[in-house]
Amino acid sequence: MANEKIRFEGVTKRFGALTVLDKLDLSINDGEVVTIIGPSGSGKTTVLRCLMTLESIEDGLIRIDGEPLNKMESEGRLVPASNAHLRRMRLKLGMVFQSFNLFPHLTVLQNCVEPPIFALGVTRDEARSRAQELLDMVGMGDKQAHYPAQLSGGQQQRVAIARTLAMQPEILVFDEPTSALDPETIEEVTSVIRSLAVKHSYTMLMVTHQIAFAHDISDRICFFDKGRIVEQGPPAAVIDAPTEARTQQFLRKVAQAR
Amino acid sequence: MDWRWDFTFETVLPRILPGLWVTVEVTFLSFALSLVLGLFLMIARRSTIRPLSVAAGEFIEFMRGMPLVVVIFFLFFLLPEIGIFLAPFWTGVLAMGIYNAAPVAEILRGGLQAVPKGQWEAAHVLNYSTYRTWRQVILPQAVKPVVPGLGNLLILAFKETPLLSFVAVPEMLDAARRIASETYRFTEPLTVVGILFLILSLFSAVLIRLVERHLLTETRHGK
Ligand SMILES: Nc1ncnc2c1ncn2[C@@H]1O[C@H](COP(=O)(O)OP(=O)(O)OP(=O)(O)O)[C@@H](O)[C@H]1O
Ligand SMILES: [Mg+2]
Repeated sequence: MANEKIRFEGVTKRFGALTVLDKLDLSINDGEVVTIIGPSGSGKTTVLRCLMTLESIEDGLIRIDGEPLNKMESEGRLVPASNAHLRRMRLKLGMVFQSFNLFPHLTVLQNCVEPPIFALGVTRDEARSRAQELLDMVGMGDKQAHYPAQLSGGQQQRVAIARTLAMQPEILVFDEPTSALDPETIEEVTSVIRSLAVKHSYTMLMVTHQIAFAHDISDRICFFDKGRIVEQGPPAAVIDAPTEARTQQFLRKVAQAR
Repeated sequence: MDWRWDFTFETVLPRILPGLWVTVEVTFLSFALSLVLGLFLMIARRSTIRPLSVAAGEFIEFMRGMPLVVVIFFLFFLLPEIGIFLAPFWTGVLAMGIYNAAPVAEILRGGLQAVPKGQWEAAHVLNYSTYRTWRQVILPQAVKPVVPGLGNLLILAFKETPLLSFVAVPEMLDAARRIASETYRFTEPLTVVGILFLILSLFSAVLIRLVERHLLTETRHGK
């Protein structure tokens, strides 16, 4: 078995009386590209937010490279993670949001230069040369001096991807990276993500409603419903020949909507 | 009306102009204090530590219902009681600084609420420390929407300074009253004070406009 990168063990997340994740078990290997699909409100975003420690969890354990994330070991026992522990563990994680969340008061270049300086402690020169490389890679090298508000959605999302990569994460998390985009600009973002999945060794966990895109780049698809994985496997199985009635129904609905 | 120009220029202006300087000093020093205290007050109010946020909220409410002159008298007579002896000038700076910290906190809170939640989340996943999140991400975005409100407050602060004459801070009104009581002429000193306040207000309005314009060209963001 390949190296396990991420592991959810019986993860339960509640908002008040609402159980959004119900004893979720999910294991993702190093370099694997996993896409979560499923109906609205099924808990897809919540999975990503728990992994990014944007949400605390009520029960269960998340591990990265075998090491507990939401807990830490102290004298042989698991205790709630300290902020220092969370910060150290988060170094391996990078997230791209549906709504980009670029810093609007900073230029494109500053958006990619400042995080490594302030959160990793690299020198400004080093951060700048790496940011320029990454911006070239996502095709935004000629917009370095622009502010986010001066860019299209697709351009902003490509900058957001470069900003995430500038932090040198090992795991990339995407929450519906193309849902806020105009149809004409979706392709420029999916092609960047595709190249990350194919050419680089990142472990990727993505949520998307773009089934064809998911089929194209994923090693594994997880169909989610009501906080549980209903069906998972390679795209050729889950998307092309789903066995569960709920998966079939969802895919039919998505196909009709297009 | 009996208006004497020689009296105005030879007696009134030379004695009131130092008061003008005191007014400007008190206003800016107390305002700087208000900004610092207001920032801490706002952070305390948003704190997840219950007693802290409750205390900050109560303090803001308390100050809102309190006339400034009461705060001034209170500090003027109370501080010596507990062994702190300050010149009236510094008591005035302290009183106005504390008094205006509450509205500053409220204005800053409004500015904070204008920063989208996604900005906090981006800082979180980019592993910014709490300090860096505030310093690099949140405050720069919260500043622009608060400038007009803080500007208004600054002008109000100018207009509050005459209250300090009650505790003998030698600002403009204090100087005017001294001249009046010595010469029994009220028209010239009070008119001069009025005109100088008018000039101060116009001047600070221009200043605020300049700051706003500067911020606007500095960050051409926002739609
Ligand atoms: N902060 C919150 N407080 C209360 N309920 C929440 C909160 N965040 C999410 N929920 C609820 O949790 C459930 C799962 O939300 P989640 O955002 O994970 O769904 P999703 O699968 O990503 O849906 P979508 O496809 O619409 O993005 C929903 O019912 C949602 O209303
Ligand atoms: Mg979602």
